[in-house]
Formats: sequence, structure tokens, C-alpha cells
Amino acid sequence: MSKTISKNIPATTKTNGVHKMVSTKRLEVLKTYKIYIGGKFPRTESGRYYIAEDNAGNNLANMCLSSRKDFREAVIAARSAFGDWSAKAANNRGQILYRIAEMLEGRRAQFKEELIKQNLSAAEAENEVNLSVDRLIYYAGWCDKFQQVFSSVNPVASSHFNFSTPEPTGVVSVIAPQNSSLLGLVSVIAPVIAGGNTCVVLASFAKPLCAVTFAEVLNSSDVPGGVVNILTGKVAELLPYFADHMDVNAIVYCENNVADKTLIKEKSALNLKRVVLYDKQNWDAQSPYFIMDNQEIKTTWHPIENIGGSKGSY
Amino acid sequence: MAEKILTLPDFTIPARIDKVGVEERADRFTKRSIKKETKVKGLMLALNMIDLTTLEGKDTEGKVRQMCYKAVHLLDSYPNLPTVAAVCVYPEMVRIAKKAVGDSGVKVASVATAFPSGQSSLKIKLEETRYAVDEGADEIDMVISRGKFLRGEYNYVFDEIAAVKEACGPARLKVILETGELITFDKIRKASDIAMYAGADFIKTSTGKIPAASSIPVTLVMLEAIRDYYYKTGIMIGMKPAGGISKSKVALHYLVMVNEILGEDWMNNKWFRFGASSLANDVLMQLMKEKTGVYQGKDYFTID
Repeated sequence: MSKTISKNIPATTKTNGVHKMVSTKRLEVLKTYKIYIGGKFPRTESGRYYIAEDNAGNNLANMCLSSRKDFREAVIAARSAFGDWSAKAANNRGQILYRIAEMLEGRRAQFKEELIKQNLSAAEAENEVNLSVDRLIYYAGWCDKFQQVFSSVNPVASSHFNFSTPEPTGVVSVIAPQNSSLLGLVSVIAPVIAGGNTCVVLASFAKPLCAVTFAEVLNSSDVPGGVVNILTGKVAELLPYFADHMDVNAIVYCENNVADKTLIKEKSALNLKRVVLYDKQNWDAQSPYFIMDNQEIKTTWHPIENIGGSKGSY
Repeated sequence: MAEKILTLPDFTIPARIDKVGVEERADRFTKRSIKKETKVKGLMLALNMIDLTTLEGKDTEGKVRQMCYKAVHLLDSYPNLPTVAAVCVYPEMVRIAKKAVGDSGVKVASVATAFPSGQSSLKIKLEETRYAVDEGADEIDMVISRGKFLRGEYNYVFDEIAAVKEACGPARLKVILETGELITFDKIRKASDIAMYAGADFIKTSTGKIPAASSIPVTLVMLEAIRDYYYKTGIMIGMKPAGGISKSKVALHYLVMVNEILGEDWMNNKWFRFGASSLANDVLMQLMKEKTGVYQGKDYFTID
């Protein structure tokens, strides 16, 4: 006697000759939110997690509670990505930022859903996603233009062609705005990478969902691994390391906490980090000056015979 | 001391190494967690075991002098640091290196015998070895003839090592097996045995010139060969993994392994060395991290 196994397993089962209905309700697959380091999505090495909640106290998701070692790994990834990213043609960086906007646009439904879970109304969520996409496009456009706006040819008394141009600072550690899940995050990341820096970002502790989904957008939009690294966790725990790591060249902080700001300034003095403090704001602002916050001006003295040809000038 | 006459093993019988077992055991060495004071002590020891190496066609006298300065002054802002064990250079640079390290206690090692390929006649290899020793080399790093070895000409390989050992005179001889070209553990074990019986003072994994450099399993096989040889003859042989070891954590794993396989007698730079150039900076960065509590950046350490 041979048994045949049907490929289509019916939703009914036969027990003691009686057909019973098997529950057709499928198990919900919950998204596992991980962190983003060097183009990969590991869990925190510490194995710790916290539960993100909405205002009503409902559990939204388990989030990685990142440790200083995750930060250390992220800085290594950011440092090794810096060379290639800063050496890319500026217009190519613009194309890549534009690509991020495209991918974000394509997943707007998911972002809206997450924003609504994190206590925004449908209209507010719609608006925040729109602004975030537009912001990326805005900075994509600036990628190959801010250098021209902020460079100068300088008059000097000797026979030199003397000019100053902005150059990326290096690895930037960013404490993202804590009151905004998506727009704040995009508003601080975009100008940093538009200027050719790489970054390690600590997402909002209370509203972390969009940060991890945004990392998935980055990962599918031609951004080389390591250019943006996103961690989730506690500001108080990680801030000292964000501020004193000797291989980090600048730090961006977006809150009003005076003690935090003092700590950042003190610890950053160790390797003369550039300290960029944005007080808590609603992030409706966009400007090339945000790019310039993480640039350093380099001046070149180029020997020449006589600038301006036969007549003296400069 | 009465010379003991060694009975040579039959090299035609294949050495049989349990690959799965070796890899599993090697993997376990990487699971140890060494922290705080123990880590600092381990790192200091590792630092003191490094053969700081430059073996490039583009080496200049200036580059060699700079490296020798680094060998002696690893990080002057950190008091009481040891020096590295040795600097490793081409024969042509030995005299310069010797002068540069002075009386610091840092040894000068020279590669010889048509490094890295070993494709030359025995006569020339011996000539090169004598030249390096005459120039002042304290240690000679020779390569075995892998082509001959893989063809099964074990006697040739044995005799060649023995002849180079003779040419070394007082200099200690390190024999590079280039394990990446031998491929299997069986062959690595056999080459280790041949080198030791032929008179090597050290056996060394790699030249650093091919991508497959030293690894923990390969080193484990060689350490076991050293252990077995020691049990049989009472003669200690040194071990030098080289190439591809650039992280302090990995260096500590190696130290754990040496301690477990060979014991404390081998835990010094007379019997164990790391052939590396970028490892030193990583160890220094880790030491500074332990001292200051702050993660370090490459910008604040010498370029090498």
C-alpha cells in the first residue's frame, strides 16, 4: 500500500475520522529591528534590547540597546568608508543622495505606518515623509554646488595663487534629534554625507522605528556600506564615547540638555573635534550652511610667476 | 654536553592530521575573553614578541632607519614600554638596520635564500646567507624549496636546511614553510618535522608575500609538531606565525594557544615571535585605550 502526499495540504485535518477545521488565521511576522554597521544589519554585540512603546504604552518593537563596542565597530566601518566616499565625484554623491530619496519615496507607505504607530496623525505622517524625501533631494542638489559657493580666491601680496575650499572633516558622530523619528534623522544625516563625510548615528531612543527602516533604504540605494551607520540605544550611555573617540573628527548634537553639551565640549577637546550643537528644533530648516557645519576650509598657496598677466592685480 | 644522535622519522610516511579536530580546537582559542590587567600584560608581551618587518622592493635606507627607530621607540609618551623583539629586513639593509638599532637589544633578522620564492641554486642561497650573517644579522629567515617539497624531494629540502643552518654560524635560523603553498595540514606537519630535524631554531608560517598567510589552525599544527619534537629530543624550537596578524585580539589568541600547547617556557621572544608590521600599532592603540579609557585613532600613531 502506498501513501501519497498531496502537495496542497488542506486546511482541514482528519482526526478519528472527523474533519476539523485548522485555524486559517496566519501568524503575524513581526519585523526584527536591528542596527546598521558597515552595510550589514547585525544585532548589538551586547545582546541587550529595549522595548519601544507608543504614547499609550503599547509595545511597538524590540530594539537593540547598542553598547560602546557597537559604536567602536561602527567607527571602524565609517573610517574605512571615508576614503572612497570623500574621493567620489561630488555629482556622483548627489546622484546617490537622489537615489536615497527615490527609495524612500518607494517605501512611503511603510514609513507612514511606522510614524502613525509612533503617535503621528495620518496627515502629519504624510507630511513628514514628504518633507524627508524633499530634504534628500534638496541636499542631493547641493552636493556639487556648495563648494563653489563657499570657496574663495584670496588676494595675497606674494606671487601665489591662493584659494580656499571646503573639505570633509572625516568621521562624524551624530546624536539624532530625539523628538523626531524620520525627518530629524534625515535632516542631520543628509548634510553630513552630502559634504563627503561618513557618520555614526544614534537614532531617537523613544522613536527608533523609522531609523532602522531608513537604514534599509540606505542599504538598497547605492550608498556604500559604512558611509552611514545607525545605532539604537540610550544617549546617556553612549554620549561619552561619541564625544571622546579619538578617531571621530566631529560630533553633531541636537538636544537642549546643558549637562550633555558641557560633556561633549569637554571630551571633544581631547582631539579637537568639531562640535556642532543644534538646539532642539522642529527641523523645518534646510540650508547649505548645515553642510558647511561639518566642513573644514583648506587653503592652498600655489606659486605662480605673475597672476593677471602683464598688469599687477590681486 | 653529549650529543644525542637523532633517529629521523620516515618522511615518506604521510603525517596524518585530523583537520576537523584541529579546526575545532583552534576555534576554541578565539573564544577566550582577556580583559583589564591581564590584557595589558598580554599586550606588552605580544609587543615584545614582534618582528617589525619591511620586505619590499621599494625599501630604502631611510625607510629601514625609520622602522628601526620605531622598533626602539614604540611610543615614547607611554612609559616603560618594551621594545619589539627584532627588525626583519633584506640582506642589503642589514648593516643599516644593525647600526640603527644600536645597543637597544633589538635583534636584526635578515631574510635569505632567494626570499620569497626560494627559486635559486643552493650555492647562491648559501652565499646570500653568509653575506647576511657577515653584515651582522643575528637571525636568518630562510624559505624552503616548496617546489622540491611538493615533488616529494624531502631529502633535498632537508639537506638544504641543514646546509643553510651550517652557513648561519652563530645566527639563529628561522625556517619559513610558506604554509599557504603547502595547503594541507599533513604537508605542513611534514615540512615542520623536516625543518626541525634538519636544524631549524624556529619554524615560521609564511613569507607574507602570498594572500594565504598564517592562521590559528596552521599555527596549531606547527606548535604540536614542536611539542612532539620536544618530547622526543628535549630540544626547544621556536615558533613564528607571520603575515595577516594585525589585530591585538588575534595576537592574544595566539598567546593563549602557545601557552596551552607548549607552556610557559615558550612565552617569551626567544621562543615565540609575531612576524608583522601593522600589529604593533594596533597593540599600542589598545594599550592606550586601556590606559586612558578612550578609543584611539590612527592619526595619533606613527605611520608604518
